[in-house]
Amino acid sequence: MSSAIDIAAAVQSGERSAIEVLEEHLGAISERESEVHAFNLVTTDQAIAAATAVDELVAKGGPLGPLAGVPVAIKDNLCTRGVATTCSSKILEGWVPPYDATVVTRLAAAGAIMVGKTNMDEFAMGSSTENSAFGPTRNPHDLSRVPGGSSGGSAAAVAAGFAPISLGSDTGGSIRQPAALCGVVGVKPTYGTVSRLGLIAFGSSLDQVGPFANSVAEAALVCEVIGGHDPGDSTSLPQAFPAVSEHLSDGVAGMRIGLITEMMGEGIAPDVAKRIRAAAEWLAAAGAEVEEVSVPAVTFGLSAYYLVAPAEASSNLSRYDGVRYGLRVDAPTTGEMMELTRTAGFGDEVKRRIMLGTYALSAGYYDAFYGTALKVRTLIRRDFDAAYERFDALLSPTSPTTAFSFGDKTADPMSMYLNDVCTIATNLAGHPAMSVPYGLGDDGMPVGAQVLAPALGEVAMFRVAAALEGSLS
Amino acid sequence: MSIDLSVWEIVIGLEVHTELATRTKLFCSAPNEFGGEPNTNIDPLTLGLPGSLPVLNEQAVELAIRVGLALNCTIDRSVFSRKNYFYPDQPTNYQISQFDLPINGEGWLELPSGKVIGIERAHLEEDTGKSTHVGGGGRIHDATYSLVDYNRAGVPLLEIVGRPDLRSGDEARAYVSELRAILVAVGASDGKMEEGSLRVDCNVSVRKHGDAELGTRCEIKNINSLRSLGRAVDYEAERQIDMILAGERIEQQTRHWNEDEGRTLKLRSKEQADDYRYFPEPDLVGLAPSQEWIDRVREALPILPAARRHRLCERSGADTAQAALIVERGLDDLCLAALDCGADPSRTITHAEHNLSDPKALELDPEMFAKLTKMDADGDLSSTQTKTVLAELVQLGGDPGEIAEAHGFKAMDSGELDAVVDQLIAENPEQWQRFCEGDPKISGFFVGKVMKATQGQADGKVVAGLLADRVPNAAKE
Repeated sequence: MSSAIDIAAAVQSGERSAIEVLEEHLGAISERESEVHAFNLVTTDQAIAAATAVDELVAKGGPLGPLAGVPVAIKDNLCTRGVATTCSSKILEGWVPPYDATVVTRLAAAGAIMVGKTNMDEFAMGSSTENSAFGPTRNPHDLSRVPGGSSGGSAAAVAAGFAPISLGSDTGGSIRQPAALCGVVGVKPTYGTVSRLGLIAFGSSLDQVGPFANSVAEAALVCEVIGGHDPGDSTSLPQAFPAVSEHLSDGVAGMRIGLITEMMGEGIAPDVAKRIRAAAEWLAAAGAEVEEVSVPAVTFGLSAYYLVAPAEASSNLSRYDGVRYGLRVDAPTTGEMMELTRTAGFGDEVKRRIMLGTYALSAGYYDAFYGTALKVRTLIRRDFDAAYERFDALLSPTSPTTAFSFGDKTADPMSMYLNDVCTIATNLAGHPAMSVPYGLGDDGMPVGAQVLAPALGEVAMFRVAAALEGSLS
Repeated sequence: MSIDLSVWEIVIGLEVHTELATRTKLFCSAPNEFGGEPNTNIDPLTLGLPGSLPVLNEQAVELAIRVGLALNCTIDRSVFSRKNYFYPDQPTNYQISQFDLPINGEGWLELPSGKVIGIERAHLEEDTGKSTHVGGGGRIHDATYSLVDYNRAGVPLLEIVGRPDLRSGDEARAYVSELRAILVAVGASDGKMEEGSLRVDCNVSVRKHGDAELGTRCEIKNINSLRSLGRAVDYEAERQIDMILAGERIEQQTRHWNEDEGRTLKLRSKEQADDYRYFPEPDLVGLAPSQEWIDRVREALPILPAARRHRLCERSGADTAQAALIVERGLDDLCLAALDCGADPSRTITHAEHNLSDPKALELDPEMFAKLTKMDADGDLSSTQTKTVLAELVQLGGDPGEIAEAHGFKAMDSGELDAVVDQLIAENPEQWQRFCEGDPKISGFFVGKVMKATQGQADGKVVAGLLADRVPNAAKE
C-alpha cells in the first residue's frame, strides 16, 4: 500500500484516480475487516461520492488539497454529518449528527476520503477497545491480542492497510498507546492546537484529536491539515499548527534529549525498556546529548488523571438521558426514564467512571479529590517545565508492555489503567507527545517509543521521531 | 396585616435574574427572542448535541459590565463553572454559570428614598428551556407526558444578588423598581416582568429588633409582578412570626407564591444543601475584560435614575417622592428643558406629577409647557382651565396662549366672582351655616357651585379664599 503523500501526489498528477485508490482500500477492508473489526461503519457510498468529486476536480484542473484522494478512517467519536456517530455506545445508537467536526471538515477540504467510522472503547474509556458495545477490535499483527485503546479501531485500520491515515482522540494515551501496540505512528498534539469542535467530549480539558499513520511524515502532514485556530472551540490556540513537515530531515545533532527515569523502571517490561534504551543510544550516536532526567510528579499522574477525567466525564455524559436523542427506555416518569435509559445505554466501565467522577466532585470531597488533582496537575506541569529547561524533548516507552491478549486485564480495572502510566502525564500537562514504532518486543509484537515535548514544541518532537524512524530503515 | 413592626423586623434579600437583551444566546448563535414556535430558536449547542461547544457572547459580557458599573460593582476576572443537575429542560443536564468568581463583585444601589442597598454580586449564566407537564396534576411527577421548549435554553441571564438590607415589602418593591429602571437605562434588559425578562426570588426572614443574628430564611419563587412581591413579603413575614409566636421552629424552605390564594406554599426543604458538583467549565477559558474595555463601557453609560432624581431635585425643588415619580415616567428631561425656557419650577413639578401620565406627554414641546406654567403661575388661567389647556397641548400640540383664547379662557375678574359667591351664600343658608361651623365636607359644595356658575373659569383656590373671608369672625374663634 502507498503512503498518503504518494497517493496525493499520484492523484494530483493524474497518475492514479481517487476512485482507483479507494477501491484498492475498500478491497483490503473486505478482505480482512471481518477478522479485525476496525470499523463500526464502512461508509462505502459516501466514499465513492467523495472520490468521484475529487476525480472531477482533477479533470477540471483543481484546486486540489494536500490529501487529495487519500482514504482516511475516522474515530467514531468525531461527528460526521449525515453519518451515524456512536462512540461505540448503545446510548447513541441511531443518532446522526447534523454537522461535521472541524477536523473532518478540514480533512475533506484537503481532499481526503472518509472510508468509515472506527471502533473504540465506549466514550474513549479504555485501553484495549474491549469496552466497545459493538465488540472488540483485533490487533492486525496478532488477532489474539488487543490493538490497544481507546482509538484501537483507528490504529488497527492503518496497521491493516484499510486506510493510510486515520484520526483518533487522546485523553490519557488513547492515540499513542494503540499506535505503539499496532506498530504505527500516533500523535497527541499540544492541547488547543487541534479543534475539539465536533469531538464528543470525554475529559474536555484533556481531550485532543490527532492522527495515526505509517510514517512520521504522513502524521506531520495530517497535523498541519487538521490543526490551527478554530473560533468554534474556545480552548483553541490562536496560531497555526507548528510547521513540522519542513523540519523532518533536520536530524537531532545538538539536540538535548532526556530519558525519563520514572518511566524506565518498575512496571515497564524489560524487553520494552531495552528497546527504548536502544533508541536513546541511537539518538546519542546521531549527535544528540542524551541523559536520564527525573520528572518526579509524573508518578502521581495516574491518580490525578483518574479524578480529573472521570469528573469531567460525569458531567459531559449527563446529557445522555433519553430526552432529546439516542436511546430511550420508556418509563412512567421522566426520572425513571432517564435512569433506565442510562442503565441500559452505558457499559460497565462508563458507569464506573461516572460514579468515580460524581464522587470526586461531591460537596465535602471536592477539595480532597478534584481540588487535589488540580494541584497535582500544576506540579506535573512544573516538573516538566523544569525538565524542558534542560532538554528539547524527552523520551520514554509509550506503553509498559507490547499488545496483551483479550481478557488479560478486563477483570481488574487497575491493571488496565496502569497501561496508560507513561502517556497520562502529557495530557495533564497539555503537552504534545507521539509514539513512533521502535522495533519488536520478545514476543515479536511492536514496541512504541514515546517522544515528548513542551507545549507547542512539535517541531522538536517530530525531529526526534523522524530520526528514530530513520534509524530503523 | 397584623405585624407589630415595633417588635419585629422583616429582613429581605432579593435575587433578581434578568435576561440580557442580546441578539443571540450566551454561548451560541441561536437567536435570543421571546415567543416564537417551540423549538425554533435552537442550534446544536442549545440542544446539547454531542460534540457541540460553547463560545462566549461578547455582547452579553458587555451588557453585564454595563450593569455592574451602573450598580457600582467591581468588575473582576471571572470563571464559568458547571452546575450539575438532571432536569429535562436543561439540555446538557448542567448549567453554565459563574460560581466562585463572578464578573461583577460587591456594589450598591440607591433607592429613591436615599437608602443604599448592598449588591453582593451580579454574575452571568445561561437560562433553561421551559417544560410543560401534561395530565395528572401538571407536575413532572404525575404528568402523562411532558413537552420541552428549548427556545429559552441558553439565553443569557445576569443574576443580581442583593444583600439582605431591605426591611419591608414596600422597600423590596422600590428596590426591584429601581433595579429595573437601571437595567432599562443601560439597555441591558427590556425589564418586562410578565415576559420573564425580570424574575425575582425573594429571601425573607424575621427577627426581633435588636437581635444580632438573622432568622432562618425562606426563599419565595414565582413572583411575577411588583404587587405580588409586596404581598408575598407581607404574607411570608406574618407566617413566620405566627410560627415563632406559636413556639414553632422555622424550617429553611423554598416556597411558591400562589397569586390566586395570596399565600406562599412549601415547594421543598432547603435544610440540606443541594449538591450541584460545581467545577470550572473546561470548554471555556477565564474571562478577564481589559481595563480599556471597562473604561470604554463606563464612558458610554447613560445618566442613571438616581443621578436624574438628584439633578431634578436640585434644579426644581421637587421632593424625593415627586422626583422618583417623574424620573420613573421619564419626564425629567422635559421638566429640565422647560425650566431652561423659564418655566415656573413649582408648577412644572406639580403638572409633571399629576397631569402628565399620558405617554404622549414625553413629546411635549418644553417651550410651550414652560409658557403654560407661567400663565398658570401668573393667574392668567384658573387651575381647571390650565388642566384643559395642558391636556390639549399634550394631545395636539400648539401654543397654550392660542388654545386658551380659542376656548375663551381668561381668569375671572374678582368683582364678578365676589358677586357669584355672595349670591350662592344667600341661596344656601343651611350649607353656609355648616361651613361657618367648620364642617370640612361642605367646602367642596360651594366650590363646585361656583365652578358650575362660572363654567369652570373660576380658580378653586381663589374661591376657597373668598369663602373663608366671608366667615364671621365669631365663628372663627
